[in-house]
Amino acid sequence: MTLVLEAAVLGILTGGVYALMASGLTLIFGVMRIINVGHGALVILGAYLSFVLWRNLSIDPFVSLVVTMPVMFVLGVILQVVFIRPLKTDREALSVLVTYSIALGIEGLLGYFFSSNYLQITAWYDTASFPIGDFRITYVYIYGFLLCLAILGAIFLMLYRTTFGGAIRATMLNRTAAQLVGIDVDRVSAIAFGIGMATAAAGGVVFGITNTFNPGSHYDLISRLLTIIVLGGLGSLRGAIIAALVMLVIEDITAVVISPVWASFVFFVILVAVLLVRPQGLFGLRVRERL
Amino acid sequence: MRRALIATVAGACLALTACGGGGTATATPSSGTPITIGVSVSLTGDFSSDGPALQKGYDLWAADVNKKGGLLGHQVTMKYVDDASSTTQVVTNYENLISSDKVALVFGPYSSLLTKPAATRVDRLGYAFPEPAGGAPSVFALGLHSLFFVQPAAIEDNLVSYTNWLLSLPADQRPKTAAYATEDDPFTQPQVDKAKSLLEAAGVQTVSYKVYPAETTDFTPLALKVASSKADAVILGTQVPDAIAFVKTFITQHYNPKTLIETAGPDQGASYSDKLKANTEGIMVPAGWASGSQAYGNPTFVSEYVSKYGGSAADISADSAEAYSVGQVVDQAATKAGSIDNQKLIDTLHSGTYQTVQGPMGWDSVGKPQGGVGVFVEQWQNGTAVFVYPSTVAAAQPEYPKHDWQ
Repeated sequence: MTLVLEAAVLGILTGGVYALMASGLTLIFGVMRIINVGHGALVILGAYLSFVLWRNLSIDPFVSLVVTMPVMFVLGVILQVVFIRPLKTDREALSVLVTYSIALGIEGLLGYFFSSNYLQITAWYDTASFPIGDFRITYVYIYGFLLCLAILGAIFLMLYRTTFGGAIRATMLNRTAAQLVGIDVDRVSAIAFGIGMATAAAGGVVFGITNTFNPGSHYDLISRLLTIIVLGGLGSLRGAIIAALVMLVIEDITAVVISPVWASFVFFVILVAVLLVRPQGLFGLRVRERL
Repeated sequence: MRRALIATVAGACLALTACGGGGTATATPSSGTPITIGVSVSLTGDFSSDGPALQKGYDLWAADVNKKGGLLGHQVTMKYVDDASSTTQVVTNYENLISSDKVALVFGPYSSLLTKPAATRVDRLGYAFPEPAGGAPSVFALGLHSLFFVQPAAIEDNLVSYTNWLLSLPADQRPKTAAYATEDDPFTQPQVDKAKSLLEAAGVQTVSYKVYPAETTDFTPLALKVASSKADAVILGTQVPDAIAFVKTFITQHYNPKTLIETAGPDQGASYSDKLKANTEGIMVPAGWASGSQAYGNPTFVSEYVSKYGGSAADISADSAEAYSVGQVVDQAATKAGSIDNQKLIDTLHSGTYQTVQGPMGWDSVGKPQGGVGVFVEQWQNGTAVFVYPSTVAAAQPEYPKHDWQ
């Protein structure tokens, strides 16, 4: 029983980090209706940036976010303006190709500069732990979860308490209507893409402390992130958070109670069951598309 | 019309199959001409850490052999193609290397997973396939006469020395319980399963046994399961990422087994130790090669490696030594046969013993190592991996029980 409880707590804590990574992906889809399959590579890029600051300047990985998040934000804006904005027709299909190219480009550059050796950011809190009842929690998971709460809280505040947030939500609801009422959707899109990249940087630092990574680590990551936003509902921030928690808790409990082999299977059974009942995902909006 | 079309397509397929099947693709190069040796390496994907290490070993051997006049007088150029750790791409790569690039020889890729599909195709094309990393039982089950696994023992026997050592301990010190976790991989699982059966037969109780998919990225729940078992001995079938993740979770859970061995990871030099620092102390790994070994050509290999790639002897991956051994074996076989013709190399390699940086070795009819020195037990002690068992090669006494985490 202790082990199940421990797995559940661990699932919630790591789920928070996945929620942080998936939030950028779902925000970008919501605003631009594009699937950014390069998001995993951008998370890994964030991990590398923090790794460089930690290794060369001894900057604490969490503190390094003060640098890496703005850098990734600017990079996101540039990527959106240069690669995504020119896509005028068939955006959903073409965006997959374009963002996949971005992922391959990032992987290639990282491989060139860092080789394919596995790296990991280390800090005192990656192995230090404290007891809760019969088990121990590692500090890094707590810090990662708190970071997730802080950033997702800031995003929610921005979305629901600022004029710019209103513009983002309007664009997510109906891009054409938003344009008609005078919202500069190109600017909103660029900034939303930048915000998505900044969250990738934040997710990347926790990923880089809790996992070994190399330039190819983004493949496994993006498949998990896409699964999360499909379950949560494409474009739904709330859905991405709930889905990430559900996914990690189910997988972790299944891994310790039944078998790791069944961990993903059980989750996908639940995913299929949810999609049969709610094809739009847990919190996605049902959209009538013109055929 | 439709039937005619199907018949035409089927005929074309048959013709293509006939053209592609069997037979040596190239004539033996004339004396003194340069030759190319082709290798599919994993520069991206799951094995992207091991692929470059393999490449370094091959490159170092090629430089050495060229320095002494070439492989039987042929200057050697290595040609590498990335397989992205993919079981389909590796087959395509060897097909292209042999059929399109007309390389004179091919050397093996990393892992049993990739060697298995590649070996079948290479065999059909009539090439010898000396390979450094495909030693799973399923590789030998292919029954290929052209394959030679250039390591001291078949993979499934990798942990036999370790279990022998455990069972040689006085009864009151011997572990009473053991926990096992292994990746679902032809390299790791056969080793762990054999160790489990040997220890169970000797009365060591299994308190946890888990097999996890190779694509697993979050190893913490698995490590928690092992830690909760409180086993005296922990035997893990790992690659580098999971080898590090398990240890980190054990540290956080304050779980320190009396003995801990991992099938891969601790043999990767600094790539492993720089993540765990002093907590590598006491961790074991089965190893056929050690940087300090005095085996044939090893001191030269180590000094040349450090001089070319930097770092220290402790930084050298066993993958590089295994790849270098492939070149050594082919060099000796070519000299013995007086030819680099693939069929002659195959025939020659099936007889006699060959010297490598891992020690002497020979092969049975399906490429399984025979009569070699076996795989030893290496343990991290004071920041260096040293042989600790058997006593004939040991540079230090085994540290048992292992010290507590730092």
